[in-house]
Amino acid sequence: MSARRPLPRWADVALLPAINLALAFLVSGLVVLLVGENPFHAIQVIIYGAFGYGDGFGYTLYYTTNFVFTGLAVAVAAHAGLFNIGGDGQAYVAGLGAVVVALALDQTHWLIAMPAAVIAAAAVGGFWAFIPGWLQAKRGSHVVITTIMFNFIAAALMVYMVNRVLKPASTMAPESATIDVAGRVPQLRQFFSFFGYSPVNLSIVIAVLALIGVYILIWHTKFGYAMRVLGANPTASRYAGISNSRMIMITMTISGALAGMVAINEVMGVQNRLVLDFVAGAGFVGIAVALMGRNHPIGIALAALLFGALYQGGQELQFVIPGITREMIVVIQALVILFTGAMEGLFRPSLERAFMLLTPEQKAEAIAVSTAKSES
Amino acid sequence: MDLAVILSILDATIRLSTPLLLACLAGMYSERAGLFDIGLEGKMLAAAFAAGAVAAISGSAWLGLMAGMVVSLGTSLLQGVAAISLKGNQLIAGVAINMLAAGMTTFLGQTWFHQGGRTPPLGEGGRFETITLPFANELAGVPILGPIYADLISGHYILVYIAFIMVAVTWFVLFRTRFGLRLRAVGENPKAVDTAGISVVKLRYQAVIITGLLCGLAGAYFSIAQGSGFGNNMTAGKGYIALAALIFAKWKPVPAMFTCLLFGFLDALQIRLQSAELFGIEVPVQAIQALPYVLTVVLLAGFIGKAVGPKAGGVPYTKER
Repeated sequence: MSARRPLPRWADVALLPAINLALAFLVSGLVVLLVGENPFHAIQVIIYGAFGYGDGFGYTLYYTTNFVFTGLAVAVAAHAGLFNIGGDGQAYVAGLGAVVVALALDQTHWLIAMPAAVIAAAAVGGFWAFIPGWLQAKRGSHVVITTIMFNFIAAALMVYMVNRVLKPASTMAPESATIDVAGRVPQLRQFFSFFGYSPVNLSIVIAVLALIGVYILIWHTKFGYAMRVLGANPTASRYAGISNSRMIMITMTISGALAGMVAINEVMGVQNRLVLDFVAGAGFVGIAVALMGRNHPIGIALAALLFGALYQGGQELQFVIPGITREMIVVIQALVILFTGAMEGLFRPSLERAFMLLTPEQKAEAIAVSTAKSES
Repeated sequence: MDLAVILSILDATIRLSTPLLLACLAGMYSERAGLFDIGLEGKMLAAAFAAGAVAAISGSAWLGLMAGMVVSLGTSLLQGVAAISLKGNQLIAGVAINMLAAGMTTFLGQTWFHQGGRTPPLGEGGRFETITLPFANELAGVPILGPIYADLISGHYILVYIAFIMVAVTWFVLFRTRFGLRLRAVGENPKAVDTAGISVVKLRYQAVIITGLLCGLAGAYFSIAQGSGFGNNMTAGKGYIALAALIFAKWKPVPAMFTCLLFGFLDALQIRLQSAELFGIEVPVQAIQALPYVLTVVLLAGFIGKAVGPKAGGVPYTKER
């Protein structure tokens, strides 16, 4: 197998993920078939629900916004060889920063409140990821385990903060005071009536800026280069004079800050208050998004849109086909992670072999190799 | 606090520790063999659902238990194929398994039983009964020792006793058998094991099988012993606490038992208390809930002792060509 050569770039970037995605959908289709429903009808419902009309499309974009942030969070960490599984917790605690600033600046203007809240949410989310980064860099504890633990610590912390600190005396429900005026991020429907009542808001602009920002950071800055060197080979990066521990801490902080942007979309754009569990697993969707998007902003944007559409379409699904609940979407999500992430080795070898036989010179080489093998 | 209160908290501790302990021991086999397993939660959840569903349909707790173990085994093997044969990322495989179980159990539960993801409540025989140990009733009158024996040690589900027996069995298997030695070697230095002519892949699959079976016991405990029927997301993150306990116990069976008892005790405490006073400062119940995770982070960071896992953990083994 020494003659194994890497796949052409387009196959690595597009073909292999497409095959894995197709497999994930195929298995999901089989599950739908198993419960006695028609998978093609289900796909039709999902596509119409996600793109067919203004409200639906608006919801799709609203979900997409969240998944862009968490996908980028996972991707940035992945470029430095870190697996940030704590996006959920980071986004959750970032809600504290967002809600405190939004409530404090509620009487000003959204042009003041929103940037301030972005900074606050990024700072809190970043801090929640910095600690695991610091522990990995300085104390050698595995960042995966620590971020898992931090998800649970965040959940306990937020229940306490919401119930004991943020909840006004007048409300019974576990939620913060309502953001009324300037702390609300403007909705896109205020500008385009096309979006109906859907909650897609200006946070999506931040998401686009984040995509561009991450692209520049990773491929066009010295820092991004150092990050990728660290991810590819920590020993080499150390010999190149890069401080690995510093890189790990900064990268994790950036990752957490990106996850924290979910809080802007949810707290200031949709709920207008801090509610329990507002992240609703978006951090874990980010893992699927980053895997599918190959950690590249363009891929992440497309994958986030796909999952946004699945989430919105999945909501419709349970109304149109009562036999299928929206948990089907979680199943699809899991299968995507399984096939594009963990079982990537399923098709890669055979695809590599297929490509070797594709061009004449490569074929000749392959034959030469196999002859040499059989002779030896 | 009088003896009755203490006994009732300790009794709850044992009941709540049992699934942690089973899952923790399950994870020990995989991780000792060099496979990171963050999919304990998913395997337990899948098993809990299968056990609850089959017990509800068949009316037999034992059939439910078997179903739970079979499904957990299948889930574990799926994870194993990804992590061992396909040399995929073990952590990502674990995440996928957890998500798959969370989605599938709710989805199938709703589709099959139409009770919002729950399985039907179990009737007589569908659920394990508690076992009264011999002479428990006769000895209950004996001061102090009597209630301890009758209330604390006697009167649990059979899975509770299996869990604690498994601690001794696991210790024996890991540290006193040839299989255990090889298993531990595979987690530390798979190349050496391979050089000695022992199949790394086979050993790792054996570990994955044991992990699956034990997770099946842990999952079944939720739905057909402690609870009566499966409920949405029934394991509620216990798989992660078991993982934390495994690290806290430094991958050793007897410390694992004590860690699980400690974490179970914290759980029992937070259910009983809404908040506690400690040195005049009010300790919120959420702090008690977060304590197992905080303790694990602190331990991992090496502030109190040092937890160093099996050296080859997380690395797929590639035989040299």
